[in-house]
Amino acid sequence: MSSSTCYHCGDPCERTIIHFDDKDFCCNGCKTVYEIFQSSGLEEYYDIEAAAGATPREIANKFDFLDNSDVVQKLLDFDEDGVQVVQFHIPHMHCSSCIWVLENLNKLHGSIKTSQVDFPKRKVRVTFENEKLNLKELAILLARIGYEPSIALEDYSKAKKKVDRKLIYKLGVAGFSFGNVMLLSFPEYFEVQEFWLDQYKPFFRWLMFAFSLPVVFYASQDYFKAAFKGLRSKLLNIDVPIALGILTLFLRSTADIIFDFGSGFFDSLTGLVFFLLVGRFFQQKTYAHLSFERDYKSYFPIGVTRLRNNTTEENIEIYKIKQGDRLLVRNQEIIPVDSILISGNAQIDYSFVTGESESVPKASGDKLYAGGKQLGGLLEVEALKSVSQSYLTQLWSNSAFSKNKASEFQTLTDAIGKRFTLAVLTIAIAATSFWLWYEPSKALNVFTAVLIIACPCAIALAAPFTLGNLLRIFGRNGFYLKDTNTIERLAKVDTLVFDKTGTLTSNSGNTIVYEGLELTDDEASLLKNTLRASNHPLSRELYGILEDQEIMTLDDFVEKMGKGVQGTFAGHSIKVGSANFVGNRNAHVQETSVHISSDEKYRGRFVFKSKYREGLVSLFKQLVKNFSLVILSGDNDGEREKLGKMFPFQLPMFFNQKPKDKLEFIQNVQRHSNVLMVGDGLNDAGALAQSNVGVAVSEDVNVFSPACDAILDAKKLTFLDRFLQLSKQSINIIKLSFLLSLCYNVIGLYFAVTGQLMPVIAAILMPLSSISIVVFTTVATNYISTKLNTPNT
Amino acid sequence: MSVIYVLLSISVCVAIIFFAAFIFTVKSGQYDDSYTPSVRMLFEDELVKKTSENNNQNKSQTE
Repeated sequence: MSSSTCYHCGDPCERTIIHFDDKDFCCNGCKTVYEIFQSSGLEEYYDIEAAAGATPREIANKFDFLDNSDVVQKLLDFDEDGVQVVQFHIPHMHCSSCIWVLENLNKLHGSIKTSQVDFPKRKVRVTFENEKLNLKELAILLARIGYEPSIALEDYSKAKKKVDRKLIYKLGVAGFSFGNVMLLSFPEYFEVQEFWLDQYKPFFRWLMFAFSLPVVFYASQDYFKAAFKGLRSKLLNIDVPIALGILTLFLRSTADIIFDFGSGFFDSLTGLVFFLLVGRFFQQKTYAHLSFERDYKSYFPIGVTRLRNNTTEENIEIYKIKQGDRLLVRNQEIIPVDSILISGNAQIDYSFVTGESESVPKASGDKLYAGGKQLGGLLEVEALKSVSQSYLTQLWSNSAFSKNKASEFQTLTDAIGKRFTLAVLTIAIAATSFWLWYEPSKALNVFTAVLIIACPCAIALAAPFTLGNLLRIFGRNGFYLKDTNTIERLAKVDTLVFDKTGTLTSNSGNTIVYEGLELTDDEASLLKNTLRASNHPLSRELYGILEDQEIMTLDDFVEKMGKGVQGTFAGHSIKVGSANFVGNRNAHVQETSVHISSDEKYRGRFVFKSKYREGLVSLFKQLVKNFSLVILSGDNDGEREKLGKMFPFQLPMFFNQKPKDKLEFIQNVQRHSNVLMVGDGLNDAGALAQSNVGVAVSEDVNVFSPACDAILDAKKLTFLDRFLQLSKQSINIIKLSFLLSLCYNVIGLYFAVTGQLMPVIAAILMPLSSISIVVFTTVATNYISTKLNTPNT
Repeated sequence: MSVIYVLLSISVCVAIIFFAAFIFTVKSGQYDDSYTPSVRMLFEDELVKKTSENNNQNKSQTE
């Protein structure tokens, strides 16, 4: 064994080392990519970032559906005069080397004209001449150099998405007006009675008025709309006092300049809207390469191979599958519809759909459910339903998928807004009635002044800046949230529900333990060679961990589907497979194991135990102090005992839960608590959608995760308790900022109620309070999140 | 007509031109991908060097 790593992909070269050109490669695939790059003058790939590559995967027939011109047409962005443009999503893209090589694709093939990478979206846009290179060949070319494009049903059905840039426009308008109005109002702050100024006063003022028009009627539209919506549904949200403030500011200022009472509050008005929009913009952090809205469509392929008249193969779109169609499913392909197996050795991996960790063998005539992945050879199946009616896809018609969690949740700001509005209106009315009695001419002045100064700019900024900053900090630490609303919901969670397979256990590799009589050297050698010939996933895995043996040609090799394999060499035979096949009657059925017998004598078994992620025990010990925990698994209860030993405290566990059971379970728990669901696959999709916060754990965040509110990098699962704690603390920060901004309001109200509010005071107070809130929240969130940098104890 | 009107109109016009330029750049999608150009910028030199080297090689071969 050597400790050298592959020059191309950086993986340790464990089993075989290929020396080529003074470099080590872990497999032929990696070497081939190196050769391709070298012959095209792209060696620089390795200079920019070391070992950035990926081992190209088996792609035989995978892109056959691109032969279908209907599919191709829908994927292409542009197609005219032999020039085509396509945009591919490439999950492997991760560093500057990737960008470099993907932007130099024209060196690989003469027909490729240009290629441009959009790194945040992990997309590459390729312009090519389709005379010598069609889309399928392009996809294969990319796959061959380790950048396999992922083409899913999702890309296919999408209407060309419009990017929403309205907020940026509004921010631009508000910023533009704010700057100009500030400039124009500056002279009047200091020299009111000067001759020169008096002469141009009306011009300056009307110019400010003109600048404020787009701000009031365009940039602050959203606040008026939200306030109107709130009032109509009899809710006093935070937008009501804001809208009231903007409106009063505008009307009072206009009146002021018409009757020459003063210069108006245009500076405060534009500044207020500008700051509010900056807050909104800051809150709106999006992860372009992650999708929180995925359903089965991103998991399914676009096209399948249909057998026409049982002889000719044709590629059809997945939506066109009809009941009774004969379809071909190849190794590693997803079964697109519920169907019946006609022929072929089926070994179906349902882990993504149901959470069962073990793949199941199926015999001809058995029913196959959509969403299972075939491991092994070619299958011929007959469709029983169409895609949208299949068992798995029906889950998405549940109402849990159509509700909007964010809009149903009352945020802290809105809760405060209600009391705030009532308080402001009370003060305004009280002050006005006093002045009506004392000096009626000033009453209207005071009334508007109160509404202006009480406009809760700072309160409205506290939550966006606190949560927006925390959202970014979480993102840097591998916890990607859909929006800031999710943090507020996280802070309220009191029950955590965990999926087992793929969430608590790691997807990559099992721990394999041998139990039984020790194998002799001859037996070990025979075992390894027998396994070498088998394609069963368990055999492959077992083969990988056994010691290297000399390769020999077996005298005889028999593979019995769903049972096991038998190999014979020099008069000795070995049987590897299920307990029954090997001849052991009293086996434990619950654990995944491979039994061995040599010359018909039972030797022992290899037990496959799923590997739990590191640090789980300490995480659960932390969590159980503050939350109630539940394990909800789609797998059988073979691991119940082990889990019970790992977590020696109150931990309810439920097994054999179908996707729909999980959804209903969450619904039940929600009657008396707020639930955080942590899951990973499509089988958790319903539970993730139903829960108050659904977190998808993913080992590679770019690849796939079901629809959820947050995506958590699997490596950071042990930080979950800290993320939850930080969310709670952020709510306290918001509350403190509310207090701070109330202080400013009280000072401002003093000026307003006593009838001496000058435009300059408002113009100072408004930005000052806003900026101090921004500074306070940013410093505070950064301070509390220093905890994320210390290692786990 | 006083010069202040002229000056102010000019300054407002200039401001509006810049504002229009901002809107235009946003609309054309220049700010959509803020990461890749920063990386791409650093490649350019190497690429040029590479191709010129290749050209030189080709030339020397043909000579």
